[in-house]
Amino acid sequence: MAYSEKVLDHYNNPKNVGTLDKSKSTVGTGLVGAPECGDVMRLQIEVDPATQVIKDAKFKTFGCGSAIASSSLATEWLKGKTVEEAVKIDNMDIVEELSLPPVKIHCSVLAEDAIKAAINDYRKKNGLEELKFEESAVN
Amino acid sequence: MMKLPIYLDNNATTPCDPRVVETMLPYFTETFGNAASRNHPFGWAAEEAVDYAREQVARLIGADTKEIIFTSGATEADNLALKGVFEMYAAKGNHIITCETEHKAVLDTCKHLEKTGASVTCLKVNHEGLIDLKELEAAITPQTIMVAIMYANNETGVIHPIREISHITRKHGVLLMTDATQAVGKIPVDVHKDGIDLLAFSAHKMYGPKGIGALYVRRKSPRVKVTAQMDGGGHERGMRSGTLNVPGIVGFGKACELALQEMEAEAKRLSALRDKLEKALLQLEESYVNGSPVHRLPHVTNVSFKYVEGEGLMMGFNKNIALSSGSACTSASLEPSYVLKALGLGDDLAHSSLRFGLGRFTTEEQIDYTITAVTETVNKLREMSPLWEMYKDGVDLNSIEWAHH
Repeated sequence: MAYSEKVLDHYNNPKNVGTLDKSKSTVGTGLVGAPECGDVMRLQIEVDPATQVIKDAKFKTFGCGSAIASSSLATEWLKGKTVEEAVKIDNMDIVEELSLPPVKIHCSVLAEDAIKAAINDYRKKNGLEELKFEESAVN
Repeated sequence: MMKLPIYLDNNATTPCDPRVVETMLPYFTETFGNAASRNHPFGWAAEEAVDYAREQVARLIGADTKEIIFTSGATEADNLALKGVFEMYAAKGNHIITCETEHKAVLDTCKHLEKTGASVTCLKVNHEGLIDLKELEAAITPQTIMVAIMYANNETGVIHPIREISHITRKHGVLLMTDATQAVGKIPVDVHKDGIDLLAFSAHKMYGPKGIGALYVRRKSPRVKVTAQMDGGGHERGMRSGTLNVPGIVGFGKACELALQEMEAEAKRLSALRDKLEKALLQLEESYVNGSPVHRLPHVTNVSFKYVEGEGLMMGFNKNIALSSGSACTSASLEPSYVLKALGLGDDLAHSSLRFGLGRFTTEEQIDYTITAVTETVNKLREMSPLWEMYKDGVDLNSIEWAHH
């Protein structure tokens, strides 16, 4: 199976690999997937409380190249968006941007789940109600 | 300059040895006859070539030429052995004993036979990939007709104690069938010393061409018979109809001859290279060899690198190094290797495995390159792995409630 140029580029030069201080109230962390399924993504956002703009995003991913690329792309897209805008990121946008083949769509779903989990973690920490999302397609 | 990419997937297939190709070539154009054409020189020449190759093939496993049935490959040979014995020995019983780490060609054929009335016992393996011989003996019933245990495993290289197994099958008057695709031509295999009744193998795993293999069927003590699964012109003494693949058979014969001559030196050279590779990779923290390190083919190692995923790992170098992984992502099923899982590896470790299959054309320079590339990529991906970070922070990964999907 050949990888798209964009997947290869994210794999070779991943953007925003790292860890944010999860004890900070401005940081939201989403940890999704499972080791036995072959992918685990941890995606973190740091939100400016005044503007609700995501000023930083970091990821670490255990998984195949497409999973790494999906999370790397997600962090790029998150930075500069407001939390409200970030909620709208759809896994199919990731599929399209990275030209993921059908067997790799679950990687993009995982990235979307990670974004939502990070946002909810941030909301929870700040006394906001967690957003309800439809069951992800990956289940 | 070393030529890239490097091929370390010799358990999947091997390149044809140039000497094999050279031997085959005249049989496409000049000596192209049908070996079954009894009435003209083209047929005679083809038949003579097949006879000669049959001797070369038989000699490698210590068999008689009359005991070799040419097939399209080991999958067909496995099918013929299992289905052919099941049908032929229906009056004796319907029970077959096999093992959970067998190749799909055996497991799926057994599943098929179960639908037609066979009773199949699938033995478990221990963490080294070996079956318990007492368990095997205990599984034999008066209904048992055959034990099918592979000689060496394709994913781990683990070698089953076939000779000891045959002591048990002989004692109980049960046939022993073995898929020896990974072993023949790599380590000494002798159907008499090993007490084998049926043996499947293939040319393309031993530097011969694809599309040709053979089933050994014992003729004496006991005389084994199989029911043909392919009907037609009655080739191969009625056991496998179909025009003989003369160039393939000639190439198979040559590959067997070369293997017999070179196997010993090659095994020595490759085990030294394999050990060098393995030792270097085990320098990485949290890396493990899968399967018995002792009862193992000389040219194979299967290593898990905890906290990195196999396909992601291969992506770091698969432009330059050809390997395979037990990771789910390389298969359509999204299930990690059933062979590694049978060894008791958790799914996470099975996902993190790479299989290195060295071969006749592997050089030390290639191994050195591979050591560097794999080590660098493992380190790079661990820096990117949330599991590695948790491990380093002393988090027990089992204590986390993972969202299974």
